[in-house]
Amino acid sequence: MALKDILTPFTVWKNVFKEVVSVKDPLNDRPGAARYRGFHVNDVDKCIGCGSCEVICENEAIDLVAVKEATLGNSGLRPMVDYGRCCWCALCVDVCTTASLRLTNEYTWVSENADDFRYIPGVDAKPWDNNELGWKKPEPNYHFYGEKRQDMGELHPEERDHSFIEMIKGFSKEQAMLEADRCVECGICIAACPAHMGIPDYIKAVREDNIEEGFKVLYDTNPLPEICGRICTHKCETVCSVGHLGEALSIRWLKRYIADQVEANDYKKILKTDGITNDGKKIAIIGSGPAGLSAAHYLALMGYSITIFEQFAHAGGMMRYGIPSYRLPYDQIDKDVNYILSLGVEIKYNTKIGKDISLEELKFGYDAVFAGTGLHLGRSTGIPGSDHENVYQSIDLLNKITEDIEIYVPEKVVVIGGGNVAMDITRSMARLQKIKYGKVGVIATALESEENMPADREEIVEAREENAIVNPGWGPQSIEIKDGKITGLHVNKCLSIFDDEGRFSPKFDENNKQFFEADMVVESIGQGMDLGYITEDVKKDLEFGPRGRVVVDEYFQTGVNWLFIGGDIIQGPDVIHGIANGHKAAVGIDKFLNK
Amino acid sequence: MTIKKMDTKKNLFNWTHDRSKYPEIKENGEADIDLTSHKYVKIWHGPNHPGVTGNMALELTLSGDEVVHAKTHVGYLHRGFEKLMERRLYIQCFPTCVRLCVAEPDYNEYLLARSVEELDNIEIPEAAKWLRALSLEMARLATLLRTVPGQAGTLSLGMGVQWGVYLRDLILDLFEELTGGRVYHMYIIPGGVRGLLPDGFKKRMEEVLVKIDEFQKKIDDLIFTNAIFKKRTIGIGVIEKHMVDSYGVVGPNARAAGFARDVRKDYPYLIYDQLDWDIFTLKDSDVYSRSLVRRSDLRVTVDLIRQIMAKMPDGGDIRAQTPNVLHWQIPKGEVYVRSESSRGEYGYYVVSDGSKTPRRVNLRGPSYTHAVVLLEKLLVNANIADVHSIMVSLQTCPPEIER
Ligand code: SF4
Ligand code: SF4
Ligand code: SF4
Repeated sequence: MALKDILTPFTVWKNVFKEVVSVKDPLNDRPGAARYRGFHVNDVDKCIGCGSCEVICENEAIDLVAVKEATLGNSGLRPMVDYGRCCWCALCVDVCTTASLRLTNEYTWVSENADDFRYIPGVDAKPWDNNELGWKKPEPNYHFYGEKRQDMGELHPEERDHSFIEMIKGFSKEQAMLEADRCVECGICIAACPAHMGIPDYIKAVREDNIEEGFKVLYDTNPLPEICGRICTHKCETVCSVGHLGEALSIRWLKRYIADQVEANDYKKILKTDGITNDGKKIAIIGSGPAGLSAAHYLALMGYSITIFEQFAHAGGMMRYGIPSYRLPYDQIDKDVNYILSLGVEIKYNTKIGKDISLEELKFGYDAVFAGTGLHLGRSTGIPGSDHENVYQSIDLLNKITEDIEIYVPEKVVVIGGGNVAMDITRSMARLQKIKYGKVGVIATALESEENMPADREEIVEAREENAIVNPGWGPQSIEIKDGKITGLHVNKCLSIFDDEGRFSPKFDENNKQFFEADMVVESIGQGMDLGYITEDVKKDLEFGPRGRVVVDEYFQTGVNWLFIGGDIIQGPDVIHGIANGHKAAVGIDKFLNK
Repeated sequence: MTIKKMDTKKNLFNWTHDRSKYPEIKENGEADIDLTSHKYVKIWHGPNHPGVTGNMALELTLSGDEVVHAKTHVGYLHRGFEKLMERRLYIQCFPTCVRLCVAEPDYNEYLLARSVEELDNIEIPEAAKWLRALSLEMARLATLLRTVPGQAGTLSLGMGVQWGVYLRDLILDLFEELTGGRVYHMYIIPGGVRGLLPDGFKKRMEEVLVKIDEFQKKIDDLIFTNAIFKKRTIGIGVIEKHMVDSYGVVGPNARAAGFARDVRKDYPYLIYDQLDWDIFTLKDSDVYSRSLVRRSDLRVTVDLIRQIMAKMPDGGDIRAQTPNVLHWQIPKGEVYVRSESSRGEYGYYVVSDGSKTPRRVNLRGPSYTHAVVLLEKLLVNANIADVHSIMVSLQTCPPEIER
């Protein structure tokens, strides 16, 4: 112990003369750091009410409560936070699928009312609502769920452009499980799916590699999973929560994955439909498209005896006769259809109602009738020259391709139309040309500009990959005919399609013209329905709405109580709508017959 | 039971003890304390005692002012976080685990994250490794700023504590900038970290480090060149060499006994193999040596933070892509991961049964051995006035015992 040890400590007295370091008014002089995890704010217009914040909160501090009207892709619910529970971990912010939720950098909040501390951020006004600082979803590359889709394998253009074999390869097990892992199980997609399929449940089954469970979930609402797993318009994917900050789940491909894993022989075992008997009342179904097959399936499960009347030689309707087999192979249609037939459903092919058998006969021979006859009449542009024999309707050509009937395939073809069917015929013609001439010469043109074309984006991209030309934004004016042969199509630039009242009334730029050379023109501007089979004395009791559509109730029952109508002729062309209609109609028919 | 004779040469103020005062040790190893003999007084030191770190009680049996028997009691915190974690998704454990140690929550974040990553074979981005090391060293610094002067505080010299707590607050400000939190930072998350350095962070950090350099000089004058401090700490609370391994003594407590023990060197993790420092050890193993080791730790920590700031990459990814945290199932298995906290080896033993929630999360904290078995032994023979000082010299942390 030295003298130093006694004296040195006293030197600290010099600190008495130092400036005071404490912050006098910390609440005002020292604001929270820019990242501070303070109180919640939510951009309620951006929030979709997916509930991921509620799920992740380990303190159960968040409840989703109804705030807005639910719309597609938006549950209308918004998070309510309870500060009696919250620990300000901000996991809710990190997981938020829209980045609408944040924490501001406020430190203190005083209220004498304990209930104030349970509030709906963004709805219950708070002093910090406009504070831009505070905790936000971290960056860069910080994701609580996979942001990117698993790549879907497909045939390269040069592998597929000369054949009709299926181009999408389907997920491997590993890919499917990784894709399924991305789902946050919010269920936002269910409402957007016309059939309200149990999407998160079957995705969960994929994630857990429980194919049988997933397969059962599919059949709860959709008896055509192989078909829908390939060509569904996937409205679910357009609203998927994960799609807000990343790429939506590949819901459609996951559905296909499940169906692809199950052998046709195992269907009945897994779905426990071995013991189905069909000795109930008799029901006639007109048309074996998605609506008819769906109605048949669910009615068969209820024990009814079903007979389907199909005008063509094979089942499937537009799914077979409208969609080319490179998108939807026939054996996959058969897989779905054969299972439905195996439930005891009878099908009479090549039988057209109104020609081979009348609606009246059905009325007397059956207890109820469901008609899902689809849109099979091609529409013409009616422009000069459109009555030439080498002007075709896309739907007629697609029918013939399906039936393997030879069609006219010249070197140069123009397709008029911007929807998926137009792309189907464009790509089919391109394949046939490639097979016949080794080169492609198809131009697809549409009134709509490229951004507004109704066809799926991938259809347009893939058509181009296959060397078809897609040149939208032109209005067809006339078909040039020389010496009895088509030489091409005159088009003018399209300025607008609808008038101020939203009616179809295209305007063209007379000074901006083009001539597309062609030996053949295909019109693909939509299809119409043929209700010719509905006899006059039935018709008089039906009510007709806009565009000649029959008015039906929520169960697709018409004014004539034994007649139910659904599918494309009621809701427009869409397979999954048809399936949903058929299911609902089956429930309606059951109610009708049992009341 | 052997009672070590105090080194009276070193500390003239040591009292002599009379073995006859000590209670007999019964066959079952318990002390035979007969309070009716009027030889003993029993007092409770804690749990509500300003001198106790956290909530813990020492049941002391005194003869005069000398401790003849000591027993540590925990159970006042009523927590059970380890159990809670068994019912939570791994991601949800992350805001829970921090509560296992209030003073240095960051080690819990790191160990939980690392356990998950090891079990699921996840490599984290380079930037995240440096940022993790930075936040761990900042946590150590914040702790040492309190505990180094805090040792003098136990002997009623509170001024250094005031300085230290002020500087600790500046570190917490930096924590707030980096992590969004002051006390529970919740920054190290399975897969990486939750943010890059904010703009200007390094500059502000250096400004604080310079203040800490000055602080070190000041406490050297105030505390370490102080006759009273020396008299009250030299030769007190000696952990004998043979006790170090048998009692599982780690960290500064082991280093003060001559054991060059530091998980960062012995089992390097994160980027510690890229940093340069020496392990400081002393031999005497008393309260004074432990204070000096912590003083050295403070100096080293400041230096390591400077090294990290100089060497760390400027940007980069902060988190590896993990499976969706809402469904994340961790492969079946068990793992023990460790780190060097300011108190020594701090480890997590995590068992996964392959599900989304851990089967078991078990913390191996230094305080369990230091504050329970070791402290009970060190206090025998001590003067009642030194109890607090000896306890603090072991840097006991009750929340970490009772988790
Ligand atoms: S901050 Fe954490 S505790 Fe608070 S509501 Fe969000 S997830 Fe729950
Ligand atoms: S996670 Fe985000 S989008 Fe979803 S409900 Fe919560 S705040 Fe809204
Ligand atoms: S698929 Fe998308 S919308 Fe549907 S439950 Fe999963 S995350 Fe939600």
